[in-house]
Amino acid sequence: MSIAPSWYLTLSAVLFSIGVIGLLIRRNVLVMLMCIELMLNAANLTFVTYSRALNDISGQAAVFFVLVVAAAEVVVGLGIIVAIFRRKAEATADDVHLLKE
Amino acid sequence: MVTGVIAAQALHLPHVNYTTIMPELILLGGMLVLLLVSALFKKGLPRDFYASAVVGIGAASLIASLVLYHDVAAHGSFTAIAHSIDVDGFSVLFLTLVSCITIVYPFFAHAYMQREGFEGVEFFALPLISGAGAMFMASANDLILIFLGLEILSIPLYVMAGMDQRRETSGEAAMKYFIMGAFSSAIFLYGMALTYGATGSLNLAEISAFLSKNYVFGNGVLLAGMGLLLVGFLFKIAAVPFHFWSPDVYQGSPTVATGFMAAIAKAGAFAALIRVFMASFPTLASDWQPLLWVVIVLTTLFGAVVALVQKDIKRMLAYSSINQAGFILLGLQSDTSKGIGASLYYVFIYSFLILGTFAIVAIAGAKGDAIHNIDDLKGYAKSHPFLATSLAIFLVSQAGAPFTTGFLAKLQVITAAVEAHSYALAVIAMVSAAIATGFYLRVVYVMFSEGTGTKNALSSGKEIYSLSPLGKLNISPWLFTGIVLCLSVTVLFGFWPQPLVDFATHARLLFR
Repeated sequence: MSIAPSWYLTLSAVLFSIGVIGLLIRRNVLVMLMCIELMLNAANLTFVTYSRALNDISGQAAVFFVLVVAAAEVVVGLGIIVAIFRRKAEATADDVHLLKE
Repeated sequence: MVTGVIAAQALHLPHVNYTTIMPELILLGGMLVLLLVSALFKKGLPRDFYASAVVGIGAASLIASLVLYHDVAAHGSFTAIAHSIDVDGFSVLFLTLVSCITIVYPFFAHAYMQREGFEGVEFFALPLISGAGAMFMASANDLILIFLGLEILSIPLYVMAGMDQRRETSGEAAMKYFIMGAFSSAIFLYGMALTYGATGSLNLAEISAFLSKNYVFGNGVLLAGMGLLLVGFLFKIAAVPFHFWSPDVYQGSPTVATGFMAAIAKAGAFAALIRVFMASFPTLASDWQPLLWVVIVLTTLFGAVVALVQKDIKRMLAYSSINQAGFILLGLQSDTSKGIGASLYYVFIYSFLILGTFAIVAIAGAKGDAIHNIDDLKGYAKSHPFLATSLAIFLVSQAGAPFTTGFLAKLQVITAAVEAHSYALAVIAMVSAAIATGFYLRVVYVMFSEGTGTKNALSSGKEIYSLSPLGKLNISPWLFTGIVLCLSVTVLFGFWPQPLVDFATHARLLFR
């Protein structure tokens, strides 16, 4: 017995939405970073599902590239966060508010 | 029931024609050599060496781009490396543009680092990576490659935004840019996945072929995918309502990095945006044109009106570049080959304008890169006639004054809109241009008015550059050369626009 692709697609849409909402409402920078990862992985799940449904390999190939990109993004993102919050006690986005009109 | 078990196939590596990606390879290879050489010396190498090396690498990639241009002009456009790279007039135009940006940038970076007393190779190596990413975005014929190019372009820019460790605002800019950039990339990626699901391919030409042969019944997934791709691009070019990150990022980043970022990110993102929508989704024009219509109205008007009330010149320029992005979109929205040519011309000349503008703003910011109130520029023309006049030329050109490149750019996109019968849009764009003239001229007026700014920018600039051979101008020879390069593009092609117009026209002709 196999599960219909629509279930996977729904799951990935839900994961993507959770990522978007989380990024918009959570204030902890590390959690925001995790939300971005969630969005990328939701896209990956969509790729793999369609790749299987369409019997086409290029969707699966895309996932490998996305994994590499996600890793590179995390490296730079964590670097920036460490550079900023070395001087501060907590890593919340609300502490970073100097740039306003 | 799913039957799809992907058959095991022998792995066929595509034939790689290295000349088609030579400009990208030169930038990336040059960057690696630069990093390696600098690591061999314990104390690093002098700034002069790094800056000259980057100019040389940029010049080499410019030559490689012109060789490709010659190929295209002689044999027509073609695809290479398993149809993932397009070599046509369109890609060659952007390869040339990015090479030019890479050549001009080190002149400004050198002067900036000299004043701030910064050492290190990073400020010169990172732009090379960004440039390669922008080139990949422009020549990609495959959504995966566009995504990779987008990331190669963006990730070094996040780092450059946070390079100034003394100012807390620089780190803040880096973080905001990173979070919003990664967010938009993820949206773009999901759009890619949905487009792939609806059309069965990631190749731009195959997507277009599929859409022209098949009527997608109940095409919700396809439209959602296309919409998310558009949102991802609009984030990158900072179009309203996806613009909110850009004023903060422009203000907080080191000013020279801001100029580079504004030029290269716009070039790369517009290249990919135009290619994806013209090559893959021409059959869906009736769906994306109304979306762009709304975005252009919001972008041009909002950018112009909010820029009027800014006190900080970097923030003002951020809103002004939002306004300009609306104009560039105007050409795409018309969905005619004339409109595309107009957009390409606009992107090309705008890159030089914004690089030059931010270079002079960086110098006026004085040591510490912190004095950026417009009122601080009072009396600037008296203390620094050359810099003030140059800035004035860049600003009036952005406003669209005759005999500068900006005039023809605005004229062309608006003509394209009129010819496509979007009269309302053309009128709104012209109104926004009129409003925009107000804030450009305000800066010029302040510079040429009497009196001195509260902390006149120039006192500290003088001390730093008095040793230079161009002592009378009080600026370093590097900076002088860079500004003259940008100025000559702006003024020369303002008086004699034909070659550039032909270049842009050629680009759209060979573009399938």
